[in-house]
Amino acid sequence: MNINATLLIQMIAFMLLIWFVNKVLWGPLSKLMEERQKKITDGLSAAEKGKHELELAENKAKEVLKDAKSQAQNILGQAEKRGSEIVEDAKVKATEEAGRIKASAQAEIEQEVSRAREDLRKEVASIAVSGAEKILRKEIDATRHNDMLETLVKSI
Amino acid sequence: MGTVEYIQHHLTNNSVGEGFWTFHLDTIAVSFMLGALMIFVSMRLVKQMEAGTPGGFQNFVESILDFVSVNVRDAFPGHNPLIAPLALTIFIWVWLMNFMDLIPVDLFPYLFQLISGDSHAYLKIVPTTDLNTTLAMSLTVFCLIVFYSIKIKGVWGYTKMFLFHPFGKFFIPVNIIMTFIEEVSKPLSLALRLFGNLFAGELVFLLIALIGGTLAVGAAALFWAPLQVLLDLAWLIFHLLVITLQAFIFMVLTIVYLGMAHEEAH
Repeated sequence: MNINATLLIQMIAFMLLIWFVNKVLWGPLSKLMEERQKKITDGLSAAEKGKHELELAENKAKEVLKDAKSQAQNILGQAEKRGSEIVEDAKVKATEEAGRIKASAQAEIEQEVSRAREDLRKEVASIAVSGAEKILRKEIDATRHNDMLETLVKSI
Repeated sequence: MGTVEYIQHHLTNNSVGEGFWTFHLDTIAVSFMLGALMIFVSMRLVKQMEAGTPGGFQNFVESILDFVSVNVRDAFPGHNPLIAPLALTIFIWVWLMNFMDLIPVDLFPYLFQLISGDSHAYLKIVPTTDLNTTLAMSLTVFCLIVFYSIKIKGVWGYTKMFLFHPFGKFFIPVNIIMTFIEEVSKPLSLALRLFGNLFAGELVFLLIALIGGTLAVGAAALFWAPLQVLLDLAWLIFHLLVITLQAFIFMVLTIVYLGMAHEEAH
């Protein structure tokens, strides 16, 4: 066993090698590994978060859909009600219109009837007057007995 | 060449210098080359690494990194950014140096002798069978232990540990000796364990290599050569486990010792 100056050289070599290994291997590689670890951890947590968010979004979508459905149902109901209302309204209006038309027709008929009657009466009166004139040509003066004839016409 | 010379030749470092100022050129060259290889491969890897889809080699290195940081997290109580790179360096460097043990024992010495033209040139390519290497690492770790002990516990806290541990305040002289032994045994056991295991492993490889080299003469080679191959393979597979285990033990004990240094005084 011969301990000699080789020992000193080897000690210096060892220390230098530790420094070098730290510099060129341990430092960069462990940094890289740490970064990768962090990346993986981040990625996993991001995935977890994404999953959670997806769940939330799904729930929300379901809710919105449910809401929309109920709203549609509501609108449909309202429309139906409104439709039947309109129909009912139209019926009422039609009935009213029909009544009014009937009434006006009746009135016209009545007017027509009364006019006809008037005409008839005038006709009859004039016929009667002309008849009476023919009969009584001499005794009756149209102008003197006009009042009497008028009364006669009215009473017919 | 006799058996003893063969083994001795293989276990002698190629060195220059005299006395203390001897330098084991093979140990230094191989460990430096392996360190440079680590740095080179790391730089190439980092340049083309990807965060999203790591390729095969990056995955492999990342799993080593993960393995080391799990060990650090389990055995190290505090937070110190130096510990993990230190542990990683120890694990990979020691493993690579140990791996030199698995290269056929005669290959590199033979090539080196061819290249250098000196048929007796020494070459020992396993840096961890050189006590200088293992002790260098464990002493560096020891310096860190002392540094962090004083930094965390304070000078007084560290002194107190020597004075009152483990037997309380009535056995101060005994305590000092005990704690001193405890502290010094940490780097020594680290260095000697690694050195011993690898040295013994290398020795067994050499012995197995001797089976074919010296015993196989003539027709006996038909028996000895296959036996050598078989034994070599078995020991290689077993040793692959040993070198990994030794690198791991060195790393874990370093983490544990430094973790103890980071504990508050009790």
